[in-house]
Amino acid sequence: MTISLPSEADLSKWDVVLTGPLGTPYAGGVYNITVTLPADYPFKAPQVNFATRIYHPNVTNDSLGNICLGVLKPENWKPASRVRAVLEAVRQLLVEPNPEDPLETRIADEYKNNRPEFDKNVKNYVSRYAKPAGK
Amino acid sequence: MSNFDVFDDQPDDDPNAISYKTDKTKGVTFDVSYKVYDPDDIRRQQDEMIDEVNMILAMSKEDAAIILRHFRWNKERLIDGYMDDSPKVLEAAGLGPSVTESPKLESISGFMCDICCEDEDGLLTFAMKCGHRYCVDCYRQYLNQKIREEGEAARIQCPSDGCHRIIDSRSLDLLVTADLRSRYRELLNRTFVEDKDTLKWCPAPDCANAVECGIKKKDLDKVVPTVACNCGYRFCFGCILSDHQPAPCELVKRWLKKCADDSETANWISANTKECPKCNSTIEKNGGCNHMTCRKCKHEFCWMCMGLWSEHGTSWYNCNRFEEKSGTDARDAQAKSRVSLERYLHYYNRYANHEQSARLDKDIYQKTEKKMVQLQTASGMSWIEVQYLNTASQALQTCRQTLKWTYAFAFYLARNNLTEIFEDNQKDLEMAVEALSEMFEKPIAELADAKLKVDIMDKTAYCNKRRVILLDDTADNLATGRWSFNVDLKSAAGRR
Repeated sequence: MTISLPSEADLSKWDVVLTGPLGTPYAGGVYNITVTLPADYPFKAPQVNFATRIYHPNVTNDSLGNICLGVLKPENWKPASRVRAVLEAVRQLLVEPNPEDPLETRIADEYKNNRPEFDKNVKNYVSRYAKPAGK
Repeated sequence: MSNFDVFDDQPDDDPNAISYKTDKTKGVTFDVSYKVYDPDDIRRQQDEMIDEVNMILAMSKEDAAIILRHFRWNKERLIDGYMDDSPKVLEAAGLGPSVTESPKLESISGFMCDICCEDEDGLLTFAMKCGHRYCVDCYRQYLNQKIREEGEAARIQCPSDGCHRIIDSRSLDLLVTADLRSRYRELLNRTFVEDKDTLKWCPAPDCANAVECGIKKKDLDKVVPTVACNCGYRFCFGCILSDHQPAPCELVKRWLKKCADDSETANWISANTKECPKCNSTIEKNGGCNHMTCRKCKHEFCWMCMGLWSEHGTSWYNCNRFEEKSGTDARDAQAKSRVSLERYLHYYNRYANHEQSARLDKDIYQKTEKKMVQLQTASGMSWIEVQYLNTASQALQTCRQTLKWTYAFAFYLARNNLTEIFEDNQKDLEMAVEALSEMFEKPIAELADAKLKVDIMDKTAYCNKRRVILLDDTADNLATGRWSFNVDLKSAAGRR
């Protein structure tokens, strides 16, 4: 996982590069994630989005890449929570999707009932959208 | 699924729950017992319960408040649970093990705030009993964010990640400004009312009162629990809509949905104009009464049935009753659907008519109110002596509200030998209301007549009496299950 600032002048926007965890269908994929810290940070939760398209029950299957993540909800976020822990949770979401609380119900159903098809679709998305640059 | 389950943990044979049932000694059947509380009463109720738990369980008042909120103010369940496994209950309520005593603001040498990384000497810090210490500025901003931005009060946790300790009111008082504190108390009052099934806020705008009523959701097919707030607003405790006696909540829900679905037709039918049955001039109804006189041809007719008015004035008044077509028509499916639409429109028209007339009556009253001053000079009556117009106007409003819902009620009512009595009651009330409405519309010069005043007062009293009779009859039969409806009031919960 690498973190960089798209603009040195603006500390509220982070670019994160996450590699698909080994042993999951996401392995081999390289994902750009944007983290936006609101003006009230750390009293309000950061906003985390997938900039790279990903096939996942808890990420919207569109260009916005919104994530459904427990720690980011207002009732769970604490000022003492760490962005690092959030990113760990995002990575963990790739290892272990949470189909009980989905943003994409169709993908969640497929994850639960037809794992081979789900894995195939994930790999399909990896090769279409998430191949590392220059390869 | 049914959303009625929340109420089902109460025992069916609760002796306090049946006070609304047929109990002639305690006034009329359709009245339910209820109490209105102002914001001070609501605060006092909470304080009393907190004091009780504070005594019984020997815990601080702040902690007693937190644990009561956790149990949604159900004291019995709280005490049972606490006696059973107090550490577990305390942990779940957000009162986990304490590491420090009596929280206070203090500066600690060598401290660095984990939120803002400030480590200046003499930095004021705060920690609740869980011991998670942060600088006062961060604590304040956190509370501000929770209370002001998120509207949270009862469940504000320690700022530490994963700590479920709930902020108590004493700690809050140490940290925040007076206006934030009052907002916090307001939010706590709100959760108190929302947490208790027997309490509901008065839905009238700008009213801060709450109403307590013991009616349970599962009894709503037997009773229409209408309550009147001290602000004057009358509403149904079951569904928070404005007073809809005699129709039970489930019928109201269905009726409103049906009216919304059929809105195109209903809009078309309830358009404000109709043609004079004699000369076909287009007429807009601009007064509350159904007695129409065509400006052009002076034809007098009834706005509802368009029939001759002279037929209404005497003994024959069947405008409120839809004569169901005999069974022979039923064979023709097309005719059947037309009848069912006609039947619906029959009731809808009358429902909408009373709604509109109530509005027009109110308009007229507002105009009359100004004229009441003139009336005082014209007739030599005092302000108090002209108040009969106010009483009449209120009677018109309430009776039309009731009449309106009798039509929704009648739409779902299956015929049996009781419906006749109901329709007679409806007819009597409707005739009385239209008569009163007509008197009420008289120009100010005629109102000065002492005889008209007596007539209006008599008619007002009569209207109110007829309304009570109608509601008493419907409520009585509802409580004893003697009505039969075209729809099932029970199974309806899941259907939308």
